[in-house]
Amino acid sequence: MSEYRYKLPDVGEGVVEAEIVEWHIKVGDKVTEDQHILDVMTDKATVEIPCAVNGTVTQLVGEPGDVIAVGTEILFIAVDGAAPAEDTPSEEKAEPKAEAAAQVDAQPEAKPEPKKDAPKAVPAPAPAATKAITASPRKEGERVLASPAIRKRALDNDIDLASVPGTGPAGRITHRDLDDFIASGGRLMAAIAHGGGVNPRAPRTGVEEQKVIGLRRKIAENMAHAKRSIPHIAYVDEIDMTALEDLRAHMNAKRQGDQEKLTIIPFLVMALVKSLPDTPQANAHFDGEASVLTKYEAIHCGIAAATPNGLMVPVIKHAESLDVWQIAAELKRLGAAAKDGKCTKDELTGSTVTITSLGAIGGIATTPVINAPETAIIGVNKMQTLPRYDAEGRIVPRKIMNLSSSFDHRIVDGYDAALLIQDIKAYLENPATLFM
Amino acid sequence: MTKIRECEVLVVGGGPGGYPAAIRAGQLGLDTVIVDKHGLGGTCLNRGCIPSKAFIHAASKFEEMSHIAEKADMGLTLEKAPVLEMAGLVKWKDQIVGKLTKGVGTLLKGAGVEIVAGWARFEDAKTCVVTLEDGSTQTIKAQNVVLANGSVETELAFMPFGGPVIGSTQALELSEKPEKLVVVGAGYIGLELGIAFRKLGSEVTFVEAAEQILPLYDKDLTRPVTMWLKKNKVDVHLKCKAKGVSQKSGKTFLEFEDAKGELQRLEADKILVAVGRRPLTEGWGLENMGLDMDGKFVKVDERCQTPMRGVYAIGDLVGEPLLAHKATAQGELVAEVIAGHKRVFDPMSIAAVCFTEPELVGVGLTPDQAKAKGLDVIVGKFPFAASGRALAMEGGADGGFVRVVARKDDHVIVGIHAVGKHVSELSGEFALAIEMGARLEDISGTIHVHPTLTEGFAESVLASLGHPIHISA
Repeated sequence: MSEYRYKLPDVGEGVVEAEIVEWHIKVGDKVTEDQHILDVMTDKATVEIPCAVNGTVTQLVGEPGDVIAVGTEILFIAVDGAAPAEDTPSEEKAEPKAEAAAQVDAQPEAKPEPKKDAPKAVPAPAPAATKAITASPRKEGERVLASPAIRKRALDNDIDLASVPGTGPAGRITHRDLDDFIASGGRLMAAIAHGGGVNPRAPRTGVEEQKVIGLRRKIAENMAHAKRSIPHIAYVDEIDMTALEDLRAHMNAKRQGDQEKLTIIPFLVMALVKSLPDTPQANAHFDGEASVLTKYEAIHCGIAAATPNGLMVPVIKHAESLDVWQIAAELKRLGAAAKDGKCTKDELTGSTVTITSLGAIGGIATTPVINAPETAIIGVNKMQTLPRYDAEGRIVPRKIMNLSSSFDHRIVDGYDAALLIQDIKAYLENPATLFM
Repeated sequence: MTKIRECEVLVVGGGPGGYPAAIRAGQLGLDTVIVDKHGLGGTCLNRGCIPSKAFIHAASKFEEMSHIAEKADMGLTLEKAPVLEMAGLVKWKDQIVGKLTKGVGTLLKGAGVEIVAGWARFEDAKTCVVTLEDGSTQTIKAQNVVLANGSVETELAFMPFGGPVIGSTQALELSEKPEKLVVVGAGYIGLELGIAFRKLGSEVTFVEAAEQILPLYDKDLTRPVTMWLKKNKVDVHLKCKAKGVSQKSGKTFLEFEDAKGELQRLEADKILVAVGRRPLTEGWGLENMGLDMDGKFVKVDERCQTPMRGVYAIGDLVGEPLLAHKATAQGELVAEVIAGHKRVFDPMSIAAVCFTEPELVGVGLTPDQAKAKGLDVIVGKFPFAASGRALAMEGGADGGFVRVVARKDDHVIVGIHAVGKHVSELSGEFALAIEMGARLEDISGTIHVHPTLTEGFAESVLASLGHPIHISA
């Protein structure tokens, strides 16, 4: 028996660290060469890590959520029989495998980071309230004054005592202080719908602490980065979709057996293909640090998709080369792949502009978060039949839908943003022009 | 074929860290096994706290009787001087130890804990092989492991234990009183035992490398102990380094280098080496567990968890202070953490006591330590010479006192120290005051019982506020 120390292999070009998503083995397990033992997530993809030797696991280093540097010893394996070379040879052996796995199995691509889930991502109320109440004068880093019983209660309730104002002598935190803090901290009375025998006004005290890891952490980081670094300008206008809806209904009625049913999105993609060349800075990547704007002729249109794991953005490549049916087919294919976690890395990268849609759920407007380093994101809101005046001043029912968009204001002036959206609006309201 | 026992919690070490961990785990319904080779109770019950306190008590009693036999006092006379029979003393001490360790076994069984007597050696982080007393082995696989392996006495490489050189363990097992005892190390262990032997009539000399006895306490606090040593003709050689043992014409000598760098020697029947303790990190397979170290200690977080999931370590194994009550607190905590409770080890302070003559107790910061931390503090002191209770038990003349240190701005108490007869029993109130975040006014507003030594604490607080009652302000 000898010990083999498995180091986290190089999982991709330029990747220096990766986050442990899930161990598929535990201490004591027998493992074999090439066995899929670990999933890690880099900022590019989730990667399956294969085992390099046969043996028995003696130790795992790190748990899900830990970010591990490439080259760190992460797994100790008791190897049967003669020791395989522990160092370089085995490592090199492992590396190509890992890379291969990355390419084949690249999974949730977290980089495309639009805003679609933004409303859901708002922090739970309790932590928010925790922030709102700040403490009485206590120096940074100084221990708060609180008895062991108070400290235990706070721990049980996930309360950082440093943020609880103490009203006792010398700022000591009393049980009353803790009660008040809890009561004001989002743990409000909430009626339980059908509480047979349960007091519907009983305070809810449960707290669940969840480690934010994997794709969700990636989303969080990217969202924060986008909002922090990009000054967003939002622009909302309403579109009269009546004509387009008539056309869409007609086309769907006439479609061939192998053609996917059309939604609004393929028409919007077409409108972008028509409009963006006149506002090329909105079909671009902006590197703020280098102050370089890269404008693209191609329209690679990211489509924000809700998946069981969270937000992902598969990309319709070269939308300008596709007709409306082809776009619909590609949408369908990518959507299914994203939901099943089967998108390739290529399908999850390279977008030049992003579309997001919460229209099916409702909502009259959104302020989407730009999928950095892009400069524009267009959101579709709910379509509804609303009364509008016609040319003769009569009230008529029209199908009205808002288009909510955000632009990187460093690059796209409000004037240009408005012109672009008005151009898109004109195409959508006169759908025949989309096919000119 | 070895037996394999699978359990939810495996505790290795039955000392004051391990056995409370096991009892608490048992109480919480976890299938728990505890392994210890040297009998339950660990160093504390078998070789440390308890036997030494019994020994010290007997020595004090002997000394008091000897005094009265020498010279009538308090209207008491003794016709004959008391006679010391070491074997009898050791037997009495062993009875106390036996009673307590048996009690630990009963408590463990009562909590449903399985006790395995033997030496545990880990093969990996969750598997250990125990060599039982009959030489057979038992394999134990645990979901959670609590390492409570404790510590051992530090030996000096150039004068290992054996022959005339003894450690504190052997010092408590001597069949004869050494006429000349040299103690290397004037920390609390060396002083406690050296003073006890002095009380029993040995000629005692200390050799200490630091420039004061009890280097962790300030000189105000150690002065009464120094005075006692002087009064009882105990020489203390400070800034001196032990160099080795030599024999000449049937006599044993400790060689040491004095402050000037000159080699000196002291004749000794026994040489007690009490230079500290170190975590027991060898001989039980620690190297097979893949844990991180923090210097010589096993590294743990605030939940006593090692970086290895499900492996915890407590007590002397994980860092200073090496004190039984710290280990016990961590033991209880760790069992609750394993059971899924939320716990962190975050004491404001850990009190320490020295059973010297007189006794010392300290909680929190000394005035010097507080100043070093940049705190603006006020200090109050009350001498036991002004305490009725102290005087009524011959405790007022040894220079003892209580001293409180509080923040000047909000009067929160940051440190309490005392030196004097029986002051170790004040440690509870001191610790409580600090742990609860008491201000000076909380103590002065608490009625302290008369006549007790605790009044001295309240008076020290009044002194810090400028209006003591029983001394002049």
